[in-house]
Amino acid sequence: MTPNDAIAFSIGLPLLATLLILLNRRYPNIREFVTLVTAAGLFLTVLSILPYVMQGERPSLKFLEFIPGIYLGFEVEPLGMLFALIASGLWIVTTFYSIGYMRGHHEKNQSRFYACFAIAISSTMGICFSGNMLTLFIFYEMLTLSTYPLVAHHQTKEAKNAGRVYLGILISTSIGFLLLAILWTWHLTGTLDFQIGGILSGKVDGPIAGILLFLYMYGIGKAALMPIHRWLPAAMVAPTPVSALLHAVAVVKAGVFSVVKVLVYIFGTDFLTNIKQDDWLMYIAAFTLISASCVAIKKDNLKARLAYSTISQLAYIVLGAALATSAGILGSGLHIAMHAFGKITLFFCAGAILVAAHKTEISEMDGLGRRMPFTFIAFLIGSMSVIGLPPMGGAWSKWYLMIGSVEAGYIIFILVLAVSSLLNVAYLLPIVGRGFFRPLTSTEYMDNNKDEGVIKEAPGFCLLAMGITSLGCIVLFFYADTIVRLIEPVVLTTGQ
Amino acid sequence: MIAQLPALIVVIPLIGAPLCMLVRYRDWSWTVATLCTWASFVCAWIILQQATSGNTISYQMGGWAPPLGIEYRIDLTNAFVLLVVTGIGSIIMPYARESIRSEFGTRRIYFFYTAYLLCFCGLLGVTITGDAFNLFVFLEINSLATYVLIAMGKNRRALTAAYQYLILGTIGATFIVIGIGLLYAETGTLNMYDLSNRIAEVGASRTIGAAFAFLVVGISLKLALFPLHLWLPNSYTYAPSMISAFLAATATKVAVYVLLRFLFTVFNYELTFDALPLDYILACLALIAMFAASTVAIFQQNLKRMLAYSSIAQIGYIVLGISFASSAGVTAGMVHLFNHAMIKGGMFLALGCIMYRVGTVNINKLDGIGKRMPLTTAALILGGFGLIGVPLTAGFISKWYLVTAALERGWWPLGFLILLSSLLAVIYVWRLVEAAYMKPVPENAKVVEEAPGSLLFPTWFLIGASIYFGIETNLTVGVAMDAAKQLLGGLG
Repeated sequence: MTPNDAIAFSIGLPLLATLLILLNRRYPNIREFVTLVTAAGLFLTVLSILPYVMQGERPSLKFLEFIPGIYLGFEVEPLGMLFALIASGLWIVTTFYSIGYMRGHHEKNQSRFYACFAIAISSTMGICFSGNMLTLFIFYEMLTLSTYPLVAHHQTKEAKNAGRVYLGILISTSIGFLLLAILWTWHLTGTLDFQIGGILSGKVDGPIAGILLFLYMYGIGKAALMPIHRWLPAAMVAPTPVSALLHAVAVVKAGVFSVVKVLVYIFGTDFLTNIKQDDWLMYIAAFTLISASCVAIKKDNLKARLAYSTISQLAYIVLGAALATSAGILGSGLHIAMHAFGKITLFFCAGAILVAAHKTEISEMDGLGRRMPFTFIAFLIGSMSVIGLPPMGGAWSKWYLMIGSVEAGYIIFILVLAVSSLLNVAYLLPIVGRGFFRPLTSTEYMDNNKDEGVIKEAPGFCLLAMGITSLGCIVLFFYADTIVRLIEPVVLTTGQ
Repeated sequence: MIAQLPALIVVIPLIGAPLCMLVRYRDWSWTVATLCTWASFVCAWIILQQATSGNTISYQMGGWAPPLGIEYRIDLTNAFVLLVVTGIGSIIMPYARESIRSEFGTRRIYFFYTAYLLCFCGLLGVTITGDAFNLFVFLEINSLATYVLIAMGKNRRALTAAYQYLILGTIGATFIVIGIGLLYAETGTLNMYDLSNRIAEVGASRTIGAAFAFLVVGISLKLALFPLHLWLPNSYTYAPSMISAFLAATATKVAVYVLLRFLFTVFNYELTFDALPLDYILACLALIAMFAASTVAIFQQNLKRMLAYSSIAQIGYIVLGISFASSAGVTAGMVHLFNHAMIKGGMFLALGCIMYRVGTVNINKLDGIGKRMPLTTAALILGGFGLIGVPLTAGFISKWYLVTAALERGWWPLGFLILLSSLLAVIYVWRLVEAAYMKPVPENAKVVEEAPGSLLFPTWFLIGASIYFGIETNLTVGVAMDAAKQLLGGLG
């Protein structure tokens, strides 16, 4: 398989799986087997492109010229490669987890769940590999639409309202702002291809570029910059595997990934530094970073707390990209990977607690760690990675982000990052503390079915998934240089 | 034979109409109608091929030379519209048989096909003719047949709807004929090509101005431009399903064509847009239509009525494109004219399928319809995506060109408003999605099967086309672009 075929394959494979899943909707075992095989196949396909990208090649593919001059075009560059690897790799893990969770939790409409999940993954691959802004937009919208049924999965009034908020914010920002920005860029430059150094440079002057930047940044609602972050907490009504893979990795990372892509390949870092129109973006990101952490401390619902934590962590990535220095962008790229592993672990744990102990509120989790030690240890590892403590992967990305702030000459952001890390400690570690050091309350025993007696660990599939991702957090600490080497070409060619 | 095609395309359905009356027996009259529409489609296809080579085809009726004789004059613009009208007319014929039988009954069904063929013939005549008065005659043939067709709806309110349309449509037609009369008084000719030359000589005299005003208002009534749209919601709601689809996809589109023809060919650009601020007037009305009609659509319980209001909004997009008075704008308008015909036609057909099985299109009674009629609902929702302008549907292409045209004209806030208004479409389409997929089927709901193939196939054909033309745009955009250039270049 040539790398060019692999691109088409990695987008087509999940779509094919959707079809098979729907055809086998009456046979859960076959259906889930199809998902697993596809996930594995997808990961291998994506992996097969990696050596080429490492050697500096840029496999590309384009067809369907649906507007003269604009193709449905794909080109694999390092950032997209990284994101695709993470998303497809974690899909395998999440599939294991889903099987444990969805069965353990007796969810309905499971076929729709698996089918939409596969479409969402396909769209994510499309976003990763897109070679121009319109292709990215198409898959971006596809991702929004395919995740809507997942958010509203339970079909309760609450779920439907959350679905409306989700769709309302994501669609209105993307159509109202992002599409306008894309059209405007097209009108000004006559191209939408991602090019190193950007396409806007020399075509527009400062103020217009500033407006465009605003349209892009608030058009990409998935990056959850305040004040358009409300959809992410709303999306937490979805089943946990969705929150884990999609709302900690695929969807939100698609958002920040698009932000990075726009800043690096549409504006270009040099142009961005020259026009000096992106200060507001840094400050908004810093504000989002701190205030979302503060909100997270207040939240008693575990998934809500994690959601706000995600909002805050996404702002790290936007901040890094907005700094437009090489270390900043490296930090952003690294953080996409590190946060993915850390946060998905945390969500897996939250889901495991829900399935095994039927708890959603943190205040009810006293002493649970003794019953579910494995889950809580995984939670600890995930937390440490998100906080940025060695020996977890998260340490590196924060390191690079801080260097990036110095390079750009914004010392204040070092302070912001440090404060934020402290806030992370404040909202994550007490959960682990509660679990291990507080006594079990007596109601714990009464909440359960009689025949089950006491709370036990989560289903095996869930534990397996948590084990893999938390191990990933540790492994990434030692192999961060591989990722740096992968994404370095992006910054080497952009001045600085 | 080829040379006679411009006449044949109109004459075939015109002869078919009385033939339907003569054969009487229902399936035979259906067969005659089907054959006639299909034959017209073939003619339209060949004519378009001739027109794309860049030549303007001139056909002299009965060998009488213009400007005295009636001339059929075909350039890319009307060849394009002819294709849309005959295409939609042909596709829905297989659908008509079952659908009409269930909604109209079998008694005197030949009346239906007679009226249908006359309506069809009228639209083609309006589109193809190069003679202003001839245009009026065909417009009346079409209008009268349309009143009859609407009145044939199942619900008795169809009669009032038809009557309402009759009154308003007649006013519109009167305005048009007054306008044409004034033009004739001033210039002494009725041939459009001739008119354009003479108007250029006469300049913006008061008579010409008055004629222009009468014509624009009359045509706007026909194309249901806000605030002259009042006849449309009831007509579309109570007409037989297949007729709603046909009218939504073709009748207003032909009226748009007439507007284009008068604005750009008969009256020249200087008069229309320099001497009169028509671009601002049209843009304002179009904008109000886009927002007001979409908002009203959100609150409709009857889905056919919802689509009807959505149509008014979509006509707003088309007129907005025209109001830019640029080649890009007219291209956008014509692309949307084509795309909207596919989308809305397909959606009305899908509603017809639901009507056929469930017997109602009230959204409150359609909970969980996605599980009961999966294929029909999927078609409806995909059509809805087209209305929103989701990428890879035809609607996206329309929006793309429309916004680009707005930016080109320098009216960039309008670009934002266009996109903003499509968010209203998200809301009314999403009510459908929630009802269809996110609500359980009521316990006491009667068991419903998927619609029969003869209904499903045409529905999916149109919806499929709307997806196809969202990906492959050579035909639509290519032809629309050339047509726009031809129109703005002027024939004279």
